[in-house]
Amino acid sequence: MNIENNILVKLNEVGFQQNKKWLVKGVSLQVERGKIVTLIGPNGSGKSTTAKIALGIYKNIEGQVEKFTNNIGYVPQKISIDWTLPLRVKDFMLLTDVLKDDALDEALTLTGVKHLKDKNLGNLSGGEFQRVLLARAISKKPELLVLDEPVQGVDFTGEIALYELIKKISEKINCGILLISHDLHTVMTATDHVVCLNGHVCCSGSPKDVARNNEYKALFGEQASQTLSVYEHKHDHEHSNDGEIKKN
Amino acid sequence: MFDDFFIRALVAGIGIAFVTGPLGCFVVWRRLSYFGDTLAHSALLGVTIAYTLEFNIAVSIFITSSIIALILVKLEKKTNLPGDALLGLLAHSSLAVGLVAIGFLTFIRFDIMGLLFGDILAVTTDDLLTIWIGGALILLVLKLIWKPLFASTVNYELAEAEGLNPDRAKAIFTILMAAIIAISIKMVGLLLITGMLIIPTAMARNLSDNPQKMVIFSIIGGLLSVFIGLFSSLEFNTPSGPSIVAAALVLFIFSLFKIKQTIQLKN
Repeated sequence: MNIENNILVKLNEVGFQQNKKWLVKGVSLQVERGKIVTLIGPNGSGKSTTAKIALGIYKNIEGQVEKFTNNIGYVPQKISIDWTLPLRVKDFMLLTDVLKDDALDEALTLTGVKHLKDKNLGNLSGGEFQRVLLARAISKKPELLVLDEPVQGVDFTGEIALYELIKKISEKINCGILLISHDLHTVMTATDHVVCLNGHVCCSGSPKDVARNNEYKALFGEQASQTLSVYEHKHDHEHSNDGEIKKN
Repeated sequence: MFDDFFIRALVAGIGIAFVTGPLGCFVVWRRLSYFGDTLAHSALLGVTIAYTLEFNIAVSIFITSSIIALILVKLEKKTNLPGDALLGLLAHSSLAVGLVAIGFLTFIRFDIMGLLFGDILAVTTDDLLTIWIGGALILLVLKLIWKPLFASTVNYELAEAEGLNPDRAKAIFTILMAAIIAISIKMVGLLLITGMLIIPTAMARNLSDNPQKMVIFSIIGGLLSVFIGLFSSLEFNTPSGPSIVAAALVLFIFSLFKIKQTIQLKN
């Protein structure tokens, strides 16, 4: 761990190409303890790719990734599980780590799916499965959480509750979060730092700065920019470029 | 105690069933049954090499199968052929080369049927040692790589992201596959060893709702198949490998009734 400035993972000018096509190029960002960094961008802009580079899933990359922790929880965007493998929720929870039963129960209770503990994974609905995925990632109290669209398929009220939960977890266990989301509304209120991707970093900064950015407007439209501003008025503080809280 | 050939065969079979149970689960979960077949086919080449160089058969099979597995990995990277075509290519060419080589070795009398389908008369006390020591080693290594192997079987990216090194686990598992084929070939025969790996496991799948249960049922299924298979082999004078696999099939068919029951209960 990098004690000096609490950096958990740092990407320096990273890029990845597949079939001679660059999926992302020249991306630099860092996730610090207790901070939420959100990646936004249109489909195919390299958000998931960037997350996978940060996690070390992609190997032949350009640039450098420095990881200062090995205690990582990951919620992938897509997960295909083969049903030739009989797997209950509680077996799945113990997949990458040894956990005590109460840690497991606590995580499942937080995401609201404790009643599914003994159910077979194949019998869950999309939203229920998503909640289990999130519970699994937080159950081991990771230092770094990488959440790739963690609330997809979750009902609307559940979505808001889960985002609040994510925010709460980052404060409670003081972990850093790298979040990918399409939902500008909910995300922006909880984010410290936004990175807007479109094959490269098109802009980054506090939600407010990004909303004002012309490239962001070009990418998401004027409407999205206003959406962000609206949400910012709920804040009682502002964020500077590095995500620090500035008192008004 | 091990003077009687039948006792030897039984002890050998029990040892093999303990190993094929857990390994078979991974073969089914990771969809490797054709891969297992390819390694088993290449074992014939290993046997010929062993006879030519007067070398230990199990070691020779283990080395040959491991090399074939390595060649497969290389070919997958270098060619545009799909995995199953490459497996077929390696399986049948190594079988063919093995048979041609046997044709040249006119000075040795081969029991081809025994190699292909297993021969309980051929199990010696030395083979028992190979099976039980080799089997114990396989299980020990499998236990050590269980977590990363299982996690990456469920989802590769989760395992990789959370620092479990699934590639290493996969490579070690491939070696374990070569090892189980090497120690069980005499008993079950190279054409049927995959059956021993997957049929008791398929039966276990029908009876289990979690991975641990599936492994245990798979071992029990394998043990029962060995008992029933060997006794009927003795009784009806049938080759041992096919008798064991046929017994496993019967158990599998019985397990289908259990599925039917649970489906009815759910409705």
